[in-house]
Amino acid sequence: MKKLLSGNEAIAYGAYQAGCHFGCGYPGTPSTEILQSFIKYPGVYGEWQPNEKVALDVAMGISFVFQRSFATMKLVGLNVASDSLFSAVHMGTRGGLLVVVADDPGHHSSQNEQDNRQFGRFAKLPVVEPSDSAEAAAFVKEAFELSETWHTPVIYRTTTRLSHSRSVVDYADTLDVIGEPRETVKYVRDPREQIPLPVNARRMHREIEQKLADLSEWAETCALNRLEPGSSKLGVVTSGVPYQYAREVFPDATFLKLGLAYPLPRRLFATLASMVDRIVVIEELDPFYEEHIRLMGIPVVGKDVFPLCGEFSIEVVRQAAIAGGLLEARSPGSVKTRPAAKIRAAEGSGVTTVLDAPVVEIELPMLDLPPRPPMLCPGCSHRGVFYVLQRLRATVFGDIGCYTLGAMPPLDATHVCGPMGASIGYVHGVDLVGVKERTVAVIGDSTFFHSGMPPALNVTANKGTSTTIVVDNGITAMTGHQTDPGTGRTMMGEEVPPVYIENIVRALGYEKVDVIDPYDLKNTRKVLTDHLDSDTPSVVVVRAPCVLATRERHPAPVVDPEVCDMCGMCLNIGCAPIMNRGEHTEIDPILCIGCDYCVEVCPKGAIVSRRSDDGSSKEGGA
Amino acid sequence: MSLEKRDFLLAGVGGQGTILASDILVEVGLSSGYDVKKSEVHGMAQRGGSVESQVRWGEKVYSPTIERGEADFLLGFEMLEVARWAGFLKPGGEVIANRYRIAPPSVNTGQATYPEESQITDLLKSRAGKITWIDATSEASALGNSALAGVILLGCLAAELPMDAGVWIEVIERLVPPRFVDLNRQAFTVGLELVR
Ligand SMILES: Cc1ncc(C[n+]2csc(CCOP(=O)(O)OP(=O)(O)O)c2C)c(N)n1
Repeated sequence: MKKLLSGNEAIAYGAYQAGCHFGCGYPGTPSTEILQSFIKYPGVYGEWQPNEKVALDVAMGISFVFQRSFATMKLVGLNVASDSLFSAVHMGTRGGLLVVVADDPGHHSSQNEQDNRQFGRFAKLPVVEPSDSAEAAAFVKEAFELSETWHTPVIYRTTTRLSHSRSVVDYADTLDVIGEPRETVKYVRDPREQIPLPVNARRMHREIEQKLADLSEWAETCALNRLEPGSSKLGVVTSGVPYQYAREVFPDATFLKLGLAYPLPRRLFATLASMVDRIVVIEELDPFYEEHIRLMGIPVVGKDVFPLCGEFSIEVVRQAAIAGGLLEARSPGSVKTRPAAKIRAAEGSGVTTVLDAPVVEIELPMLDLPPRPPMLCPGCSHRGVFYVLQRLRATVFGDIGCYTLGAMPPLDATHVCGPMGASIGYVHGVDLVGVKERTVAVIGDSTFFHSGMPPALNVTANKGTSTTIVVDNGITAMTGHQTDPGTGRTMMGEEVPPVYIENIVRALGYEKVDVIDPYDLKNTRKVLTDHLDSDTPSVVVVRAPCVLATRERHPAPVVDPEVCDMCGMCLNIGCAPIMNRGEHTEIDPILCIGCDYCVEVCPKGAIVSRRSDDGSSKEGGA
Repeated sequence: MSLEKRDFLLAGVGGQGTILASDILVEVGLSSGYDVKKSEVHGMAQRGGSVESQVRWGEKVYSPTIERGEADFLLGFEMLEVARWAGFLKPGGEVIANRYRIAPPSVNTGQATYPEESQITDLLKSRAGKITWIDATSEASALGNSALAGVILLGCLAAELPMDAGVWIEVIERLVPPRFVDLNRQAFTVGLELVR
């Protein structure tokens, strides 16, 4: 049957159809739904690992015993897993192994736009890249076969637009267990192939280089790459979703559509060059194909016309093509465009790189449209900590998660935020130099398990003095509530004893450790002040569940308009239901979940709680 | 029925039901023989941010996203969000919008003002050939659930499209949990009648 699947759902379906029984991963937008959809198929098993490196190592272990497996991650996750990636390439795979990585051109939800096709060249392994959901499903099987035939892991690259858009896939009418049941499996020892000691690694390196050369020969005829004949004026080299945009903008061109983004087919490029007057390369982010083709001595149009930064779209490709003289404007003169930014060329190089495409100025009457930025949810447990830190004028080194939103106004209570797990190391470094202000690291539970433990250990191991606050809501909230080691449940829904962060940090050598409830603002202030002002290394575990996950709800408090004098204190906590009504504030009873932070904050007693309990009971949500 | 290209942009605020509405639109397209693609960017949607979903029907659809300035229909779930996406509409395109305001934080705290309806209408007029304002949220509340606003908007949209109401009803019956089917069918009919 025909079914519309997202790119992520299609990858999961493809893995199941390929008889893969094991999925690994660490959540991260836009990759998260791949593993989540995979575990719904019969006969399969999925596991969230604490970070991407562990995920890849577990997947490699599965490959050691001749089973297919994959590890999913967002683009930056591959940086975390890269040490394991290089080793996996050296050791080679037995069962097929896919490193499924979701890139994010356009920075929809990531801190950079790294182009992970580069990891193919860097770590020396094939990169497969589908361009719609049908390919996302079908290419998985090809990629597993590629991995098994050539004994190499394969990077399976998607992007936000593919992962989160839906297109038609041929879907099975019934879903049965696929693949052989596992008989007694045995690990077959082969240390020569599985220990990259220098004596072995030297040989392995040579073998990898030969493999890549052989693979580029295979790329010439493999089914993943496709030559689509068209006009002899223009040839387009492209892959992924940009293929779809290019198809709309250049309907008549000849296309070389790559499904294998690395290694690259030299003869196919040469064939295309002999077929057409001019080659353009339409690729998002880095000039990856472009540089390769230029090195062959074939002139191409690439980043001198199509932008280096950001996500493509039909408009980006069209406007860039018009500005670059490849296309006539549709109705010349009627459309005004804002010109694109360019990189200043190094003197004498003669090459300019376009950073952005020209933007069509669509004429609309001027109207100020207030933005609608994301913010901490009504009732979010993180709010109290940031409110107190703001009051204490602490310099906050935050980390990545929902709690990064503590940086938004009016809280403005996070001042630095690097990659996952960096906060604790940053603060130790700052303190080391002798900074005397109140500095503190704030990190979430999933992030702490991901990469917060080694830097926390570094503090105690080196006589550090810094304070770390772990905001522990018991789940990976930011990416949609995936379980983590503190949740007490596995991805497959089995119960498991939760791991308590206070126990971990005590084992790491911290003696000053407190566990607090952030909804008690008075105590939160007392404990945080004590920790920030103390000279011993310390950890505060702030524990309260994510209200979006528990759906706990209480009646909204009410503002007494007679008592409220509009001092604005409640507006300072940045909670969406609290509205400025001019003379007084008012609380939207539909948005509010009754956490009562505002009741505690109001210095006049104008906000009246309507909770009838001690905070432990639950009321049905509206 | 010819498979003429139709591009739809649905704009609203996280939690308003743009996803269900776009899913219905997708299935109606598929049932009517179109190739269909849909695109939406998730992530911060749960946290009360702007959300947008794009649905494309055509004989063969390549790009999952619409070209800016080429959308045939703009379906607005919230007034400020309709205004925000006006530039996506093709000249002469159609707007069907819910007369419903959700103030963003900067308006709540008094740092910004929410535009007047007349200002938003003027903005839309500079682009659209037809604008229909619907009190979809209050109509939905009258039916007993404000979350039905999206299906009411779809009812209004259905009046502008060539396929029979039956196709829409069949899709709604398929996609909505059984106990909500009746309400959703009613909501769809309310929308359809509002513009007839
Ligand atoms: C290396 C890397 N992997 C994954 C992500 C995606 N990601 C962003 S925040 C986050 C975890 C958030 O969970 P937690 O620390 O518990 O904080 P919460 O959102 O629950 O407040 C993840 C997985 C990332 N940014 N970087």
